[in-house]
Amino acid sequence: MVFGSSQKAAQLADDVTDVIPVRGRSLMHDAYTRFTRNKAAMGSVIVLGLIVLFVILGPLFAVWSNEEIDWDRMGAIAEQGAPSLENGHYFGLDELGRDLYSRVIQATRTSLLVGLVGAMTALIIGTAYGLVAGYVGGRVDSAMMRFVDILLAIPLTLVIILLLVIAGRSFFMLFVSLDAVGWLTMSRIVRAQTLSLKTREFIEAARAAGVPETTIMIRHILPNLIGVVIVYASLLVPEMILTESFISFLGLGISEPYTSLGKLIAEGAGTMAYGTIWQLLYPLFFYVTIIITMFFIGDGLRDALDPKDR
Amino acid sequence: MTKFTKMTMATLLTSTMLTGAAMAESHVPEGVTLAEDQTFTYRQLDEFSSLDPQIVEDVDGSDVVRDLFEGLMNQEAEGNLVPGVATGYEVSDDKMTYTFTLRDNAKWSNGDPVTAGDFVYAWRRAADPETASPYQWFIELMSIEGGAEVIAGEAEPDTLGVTAIDDTTLEVKLSAPLPYFPQMTTHSTTFPSPQKVIEEHGDDWTKPENIVSNGAYVLTEHLPGERSVRERNEMYWDNENTVIDKTVAMVVNDENVALTRYLAGEFDRTDIPAGQYPRLKEEYPDEAVSFPRLCNYYYTFNVSDSGPEAFKDVNVRKALALAVDRDIIVEKVMQGGQPPAYTFTPAAVAGFEPPALDWAGMTQAERDQMAKDLLAEAGYGPDNPLSFEMVYNTSDAHEKVAVALSQMWKQKLGVQATLANMEWKVFLEERGNQNFELARGAWCGDYNEASTFLDLLDSASGYNDGKFSNERVDALLDEAKTSDDTTPLYTEVEQILYDEMPVIPIYHYAGVYMLDSDLGGWPTGNVEQNWYSKDLYKIAE
Amino acid sequence: MLIYIAKRILIAIPTLLILVIASFFLIHFAPGGPFTSERPLPPAVLANIEARYGLDQPLWKQLWDYLVNVFLHFDFGPSFKFKDRDVNDIIAQGFPISLTYGSLSFIAATLAGVSLGVWAAIKHNTWIDYFAVSLGIAAQALPNFIMGPILILVFTLWLGLLPGGGWNGGQWQYLIMPVIALSTSYMGNIARLTRSSMLEVMNSNFIRTARAKGLPTRAVIWRHAMKPTLLPVVSYLGPVFVYVLTGSVFVDLYFSTGGLGAAYVGSALTRDYAVLLGVTILYGGLTVIVNLLTDLAYAWFDPKIRY
Repeated sequence: MVFGSSQKAAQLADDVTDVIPVRGRSLMHDAYTRFTRNKAAMGSVIVLGLIVLFVILGPLFAVWSNEEIDWDRMGAIAEQGAPSLENGHYFGLDELGRDLYSRVIQATRTSLLVGLVGAMTALIIGTAYGLVAGYVGGRVDSAMMRFVDILLAIPLTLVIILLLVIAGRSFFMLFVSLDAVGWLTMSRIVRAQTLSLKTREFIEAARAAGVPETTIMIRHILPNLIGVVIVYASLLVPEMILTESFISFLGLGISEPYTSLGKLIAEGAGTMAYGTIWQLLYPLFFYVTIIITMFFIGDGLRDALDPKDR
Repeated sequence: MTKFTKMTMATLLTSTMLTGAAMAESHVPEGVTLAEDQTFTYRQLDEFSSLDPQIVEDVDGSDVVRDLFEGLMNQEAEGNLVPGVATGYEVSDDKMTYTFTLRDNAKWSNGDPVTAGDFVYAWRRAADPETASPYQWFIELMSIEGGAEVIAGEAEPDTLGVTAIDDTTLEVKLSAPLPYFPQMTTHSTTFPSPQKVIEEHGDDWTKPENIVSNGAYVLTEHLPGERSVRERNEMYWDNENTVIDKTVAMVVNDENVALTRYLAGEFDRTDIPAGQYPRLKEEYPDEAVSFPRLCNYYYTFNVSDSGPEAFKDVNVRKALALAVDRDIIVEKVMQGGQPPAYTFTPAAVAGFEPPALDWAGMTQAERDQMAKDLLAEAGYGPDNPLSFEMVYNTSDAHEKVAVALSQMWKQKLGVQATLANMEWKVFLEERGNQNFELARGAWCGDYNEASTFLDLLDSASGYNDGKFSNERVDALLDEAKTSDDTTPLYTEVEQILYDEMPVIPIYHYAGVYMLDSDLGGWPTGNVEQNWYSKDLYKIAE
Repeated sequence: MLIYIAKRILIAIPTLLILVIASFFLIHFAPGGPFTSERPLPPAVLANIEARYGLDQPLWKQLWDYLVNVFLHFDFGPSFKFKDRDVNDIIAQGFPISLTYGSLSFIAATLAGVSLGVWAAIKHNTWIDYFAVSLGIAAQALPNFIMGPILILVFTLWLGLLPGGGWNGGQWQYLIMPVIALSTSYMGNIARLTRSSMLEVMNSNFIRTARAKGLPTRAVIWRHAMKPTLLPVVSYLGPVFVYVLTGSVFVDLYFSTGGLGAAYVGSALTRDYAVLLGVTILYGGLTVIVNLLTDLAYAWFDPKIRY
């Protein structure tokens, strides 16, 4: 610390060192090494991998399909529907007498896809939008953010109902409606960070040096946003998984015999007082496991990609 | 004999439909010790849409209105007619004029007498396009002279065929004889309404601070989305025999939460969620009850031009209907004591006798075999599998039934039924515009008579979503409107429905409730579930 | 700064106008109308009802009349479903309820979430951190549609401590469960965001420098780290605040609070045009105001931010 004793000077100095080298060791390679050194994150990647493996290979061990009704046990679920290795219902039966093992596998597959793809899309749209609004500023920012205000306030239920009627039920439309709202808060967060970052000296220095604006956005601001963006995206995963069940309730998205974790959890929560608690616990277990892995992977990624750490 | 019972006897003689006897002095059986606190609290599904008797359209609202207002006739525990504001009525020989005699001691909660004029005002108000009541059509359904014209705006409301001869005599002229006309006077649309109050407060007249009512109770509190409270109306003519002091309706949307709160002792009545009745019956034998109701549950084929070619073949329709194992649906899905349905009209309907249909007596294995044969005859099989889409509105119970049906068809017949749930209004719109292949349907009777169900399959009916059309059915239903003996006509219609199978009857509803054991007088025998707080009582524990 | 605020308030008017017009068309194009019912109304009856509510007019005329009533007379019109009440009534009755339990939940979620997050970050990789993290995950894992029934089961049926629902003018016994159910998942999210934001800030060079210079940790956190930490959290809080204030459907449905959340979602499902538009305007107005406040807050959290 040779830059002087005043705090202001120290801060300035630090800010200058925040500038990322434009060229150097591969950023990705660096981040990869750091990520693999993070035990919790690596453990979570393994767990998530196991879930994916289970979703792919699990059906091979299923005795019952996800839509077949066990007519003999139907109607006496509380007494005969509990998880059992003998009758092939490893996770028990749902209220209607369908095999929960197969249904949980199918639901996890759906929800993982919904959560990951939904959050990823929201992340990309929200970041790009917020970055541009915050960086360009002025009227553009104002117009872009008022558009977000409008979208935040528009009744989502109606948008989804209209989408259903116009475009019809499909997996693709499910993502469209999930992302119709998912990116809004993300864009506000990114914009706020960008507003703050662009006043920093190192950005001003870069600008003074004649670095093109797009390069500044991508090379200098974006890396500094990554922490908060990734954390928020990992929060979005559970939100997407739950929102899906509401959208399916409105008729857009998945329909019986297919199901999702959000839907299974809601069903299980409804009947939890009736002696069929496994109907809540199995889907909840997979849901919680996914949230936990997201948490640590998000944290690990944040640490690994944080430009200040190098 | 008092004048009151004489009058009732007289009406019994003139009317075949009026079977109720006069009410005994008190409805509380002897030997029952009444509880100190006579408050009845029940769970209501949803916030009611209105408390205006001419406008209310939902079940929850009607339950409240039936306590607040009293019409010409009431129903007793079995659903039979008993005098309300009217002590009785006479019918002219041509059955086109009804003359009701009103009791002279009926009062509004502000002390004003209830007069024939109040009914005239209310009925005109119901028909008046200005009122914009969603139940305007009920006046037309009652066949009141001039009703259709008033509703269409072609005639003034005061041309409606209802007149106050004097304060206690109300005369109603019909445009055609209608055997079940007196039953219809238990419906909230026909209840009197207080002209002065309505004119003074406008749309705000049903607020607790403004409302004036003539029933056994007055509204004292209304917190939308939370609860409403009605308390004893001291001015009510039969106040002496009213036991319950206060009735509280609590809005709880979620039936599972409602059951939890019932078990915590917060309510005296709640609905039992599908599938929970057997368990609760075992645990609480005195509290879990199930009894038939006037509603049916069915799937309708779209047989119009927009429907699939396959459903135009009666063999396909019959095959699908036969392959449905109704016992599984009622015993293993609904589990609430619902009767399986082999006819469209519930057997509980008064004056309806189901035809002896062969499928009702078969074993399911026989039905399945017959279904396979019929489907093969129609040209569908492993090489040419039948597939279609079935739609229902989003709800747990509907979904369970739909899944079970699709699995039955798949396993027994190799039929591929794709399930599609829809949000309620979208569902109604699609179904109403014949934009479906197979759609869920359910209907609750407006009155206790088979035509309220069978009219749905009249080719001219606005409710005929599948666009089934059969001349003989139309003719029979027409004849039934004026016939003295409608039973054989309805039986024949049901026979045709079996032969043609335009709809798949699944089950008939049951009322499946938890009723606190210290609540007495609940009318489980009333298939329409028209209940009155004044007939209930709380027993000391 | 004042000019900026004035500008933003001026822009709010066209923003709200666009919102109303967009919502108006959305709801009119959604299939099924307010009077579509299981038993379709005879055409004559439907015509009478539509005439009463002005639905027989051309769409642009309906829109114009609506805008005139709303902006000039502050009258949101009658409800199509609740025929004894108008939209002003419904909002006046439901909004104070949602506002009460909503702001309590918001305060609870923010205070608990931020403290938990900050605490976890300071004690990074200690058992306190793990505890806070697990609490945050647990809060996230129990969405309010599970929290609702569980709370009622435990506190009403098993323990018999609290009434299972209702509002009763907002007495504390009736507030506890709604506030817990509504605040937990937000609390988890806020803790999560705060923790990682704090970690990042603590890692940044100027904080390291400050600590290296020997400033006490507490002073570093309060004087230097708090503001940049909260910047991203505040952006998240904005929309959450509006959402919680207009009430949560789940809370209203499970706890029979009579709040605006149930009325809002219900109006979309029953196509109660007037109620839906009325609440949307309220919601939109709040969004605009809250987002303006968060933007102003940014400038406070980072004085260098200029608009």
